[in-house]
Amino acid sequence: MAEPKMSTRERMKGKAPKFTIPKDEWMDVGHVGCQGCGGCHAMRYVLKALGQKTILSIPACCWAVMPTVLPYHNLKVPMLYTAFEVTGASISGIRAALDVRGRKDINVVGFAGDGGTVDIGLQALSGCVERGHNVFYICYDNEAYMNTGIQRSGSTPRGAWTTTTQVGSTEDWKREPKKNIVEIMVAHRIPYACTASVAYPEDLVKKLKKGLEIKGPKYYHIMAPCPTGWRYPPEKTIEYAKMATDACAFPIYEVEYGKYTINKKPAKKVPMKDYMMAQGRFRHLPDKEIASIQVQVDYEWDLLLKKEEWTKDFKKPQ
Amino acid sequence: MVRKVMTGNSATAYGALVSGVEVVSAYPITPQTTVVEKIAEFVSDGSFKGQYICVESEHSAMASCISASQTGVRTFTATSSQGLLLMHEMIHWAANTRSPVGLVNVNRAVGPPWSIWADHTDAMAQRDTGALNIFVESAQEILDMVIQGYKVAEDPDVLLPFIINADAFFLSHTFEPVDVPDAKKVQEWLGRYEAPYPLDPDDPHGYGSLTFPHQWYMELRYNIKRAMDRSAELIPKVSKDFAKLFGRDHGGNVEEYRTKDAEVALVAMGTMVSTAREVVDRMRDEGHKVGLVKVRSFRPFPQKELRDIAERIPVLGVADRCFTYGQEGPLSTEARAAVYTLKNRPVIKNYVIGVGGRDIHVNVLRKVFLDIEKVKEKGLDKESVWVGLKRPPNEPPEVM
Repeated sequence: MAEPKMSTRERMKGKAPKFTIPKDEWMDVGHVGCQGCGGCHAMRYVLKALGQKTILSIPACCWAVMPTVLPYHNLKVPMLYTAFEVTGASISGIRAALDVRGRKDINVVGFAGDGGTVDIGLQALSGCVERGHNVFYICYDNEAYMNTGIQRSGSTPRGAWTTTTQVGSTEDWKREPKKNIVEIMVAHRIPYACTASVAYPEDLVKKLKKGLEIKGPKYYHIMAPCPTGWRYPPEKTIEYAKMATDACAFPIYEVEYGKYTINKKPAKKVPMKDYMMAQGRFRHLPDKEIASIQVQVDYEWDLLLKKEEWTKDFKKPQ
Repeated sequence: MVRKVMTGNSATAYGALVSGVEVVSAYPITPQTTVVEKIAEFVSDGSFKGQYICVESEHSAMASCISASQTGVRTFTATSSQGLLLMHEMIHWAANTRSPVGLVNVNRAVGPPWSIWADHTDAMAQRDTGALNIFVESAQEILDMVIQGYKVAEDPDVLLPFIINADAFFLSHTFEPVDVPDAKKVQEWLGRYEAPYPLDPDDPHGYGSLTFPHQWYMELRYNIKRAMDRSAELIPKVSKDFAKLFGRDHGGNVEEYRTKDAEVALVAMGTMVSTAREVVDRMRDEGHKVGLVKVRSFRPFPQKELRDIAERIPVLGVADRCFTYGQEGPLSTEARAAVYTLKNRPVIKNYVIGVGGRDIHVNVLRKVFLDIEKVKEKGLDKESVWVGLKRPPNEPPEVM
C-alpha cells in the first residue's frame, strides 16, 4: 500500500531536531590551522556560545598562529596575544580593567592549549581561579605541544609517541598518565569545571551557556584531536574525539560546586585497543602495555562513576 | 597638598594613589613589601577605588597590568630584585604592546647569597626592554616621578612602561617629610588614561599577531626607538610643567651640581648622589674644584646632556652600584659610548661602589673624588676599580 505523498517539511513536523547551536559566526574563514584541526572547532563553538561581547586572551599555542599573519585576522572578537605562561593573569587583568570602568557585560575568555594550561600556565591559572575572577578559561586539549611540533606535555596520555618521547629501541614512549587538570580545578573549589569535546558541540554550547549564568571562574577542558600530532587522517577528527569518550579515555562530565555529573555515558565501552590502534602515535604499543592502560582507564572511569554517585545529592552552597 | 613624614615605600603607594591608577597588581618582596601593604590599607579605608589584584607572582603582576592597560586603564605595580627579574619577560612585553604600565622597583641585590640591600643589578637587567628607567634619590622624588612617569609614558608619542628605581632601605624604609599633592589636581593634570586602541568587542582587532621577517617586526621596533627618543625630550619638559603646578623640579634627564667651573666631576645615580652632594660641598669649601652629575634617566640615556658636560669637564669619574661581568660598570660603559664622538674626549674612570648595599660613606666618596683629581694630574691608571673591598684579591691595582 503506497503511503500518501508528504513533503519533507510535513513529514518532519513536530519531529524536527531543535538546533541549539547559534547560527552566528564569530570565526571567519581563512585560519591557517591544519586540515581537520580539533582546536579550530573548539574556537568556533566557544565563540558561537559566548557571542560578540567577548574578549579573548590567547597565549603561545596553535591559536597564536591560526588567526593568520598581521594585518589579517579571522576572529570577529578582540583577541589579545599573551605570553605562554600568563593566560590566568592576563584574564584577571582584563576583568579588573573592565570592572573598574563598569563594563560588566563583556565575557573575558582565556583560550589556551594543554601545555599552556597544565604545564607552564598552571601557576597563573591557579592564581586566577583561587582569586575568583569572573572569567572563562578554555583549554583546548590536543594532548601535546602541537604548535612547536608534537612534544610531550603533562596532558599527553600514557603510551603516546611524541618527538620528546620517541619510541626507539628503548621503548621510551610516554610512561606517565595524563595530568587530571579538572580535578586540580575542583580542588580550587571552582564554581564550575567541565570537560567537553568537539565531537559533542551541543553539549559544549550548553555548558558555555550555563557558564554565562555562573559568577566566578569557569574552567572548560575541550578534547580537540590533532591529526598532525596523533598521526591519523584529517577527516577522522570527530570520529576519534567521539571514540575517546566512548572508550572512557576522555569522559565528558561537569563539576558544579563539587557536584559531579557525567554527561556522556557510553552504552558500550569501546576497548582502548580499538581507540589507540586507530592512531599512529600509539601503534608501537605492545598488547601488554595496552592491557595495562585499559586497567588504568577502567579504574579512572569507575572512580568517576563513584564520584557522581557520592555527590548526587550535593547542592550549591548558599 | 598634605605634608607627611613617610618612608619611600609609602611615598610610592601615595604616588600611585594620587595618580588615579585604576588597576594595581602586585606581589610582596622585601624590601618592597610595605608598598603592597600600604595599597591594601588604601583599599581597606576606601581611598583607593580601583581594582587591587593580589597576584601569585611578579610575573603575573606585570602580565595582568599589561592586559589591564591594553583594556584601557592606568595600571601600577611595584617590585624588587628577584621579582623584577622574574618580571623581565613581561617588561619586554609591556614595551612591545606599548602599555604605559607604572612600576616602582626598590633596587635590591640579586642572590645568591641572599642580600636584601641596595644594588642596581636588577634595574640594569631591564636595560634593553624598552621601559623608561629612572633613578631617584628621595622619597619625594619617588612620589613626584610616579606622577610624572604617567605623564611621559602615556603621551601618545611615547606609550612605553616606566620603572622608577629607588634604593633599598635608604629610600624604601627611611622616613622623611614628603609633600603629597592633591589627588584631584594631579589627576586633572594627567587626565584619564585613554588607550589609543583598547580591547573592545565593538571594534575587534588582534593585538600582537604573527609577523614575518619581510613584514612589520622591524618597523614596530623602530617605532619604539622613536618613542624612547621622544621620551628623552619629554622628561625635562614634563618636569618643568610639574614644577609650575606643584613647585618642585627634580631636573630633567640629568641634574648638575656645582659643575660650572668644575675641573673634575662624579657621575652617579640613586641615593649615593645625596652623599656625593655633601662631599662636593665639603671639598669645595677646601678649594677643590669638584662637581657632581646625577643621571636621573638611564633609559632614555642622556647622551646629549652628557656630551655637553663632557665638553666642559675634562675628567669624569663614573660610579656604578653594580657590575657587568666581563666588562665594567654599565653606567660607565654608557657614558664612554656617549662621549666617544667628541673631538676632545674626557678621561673617564669607573668606580664600582656600594654593591649589595655596602655603605657609601662620605669618606669613601671623598677618596673617590681625590682619585679623580689624581687622574687629572697624572693620567688614567686603571679604567675600572672596585672601591672599598674588604680583602683585596691578588690583583690590587683594580682595587681602591
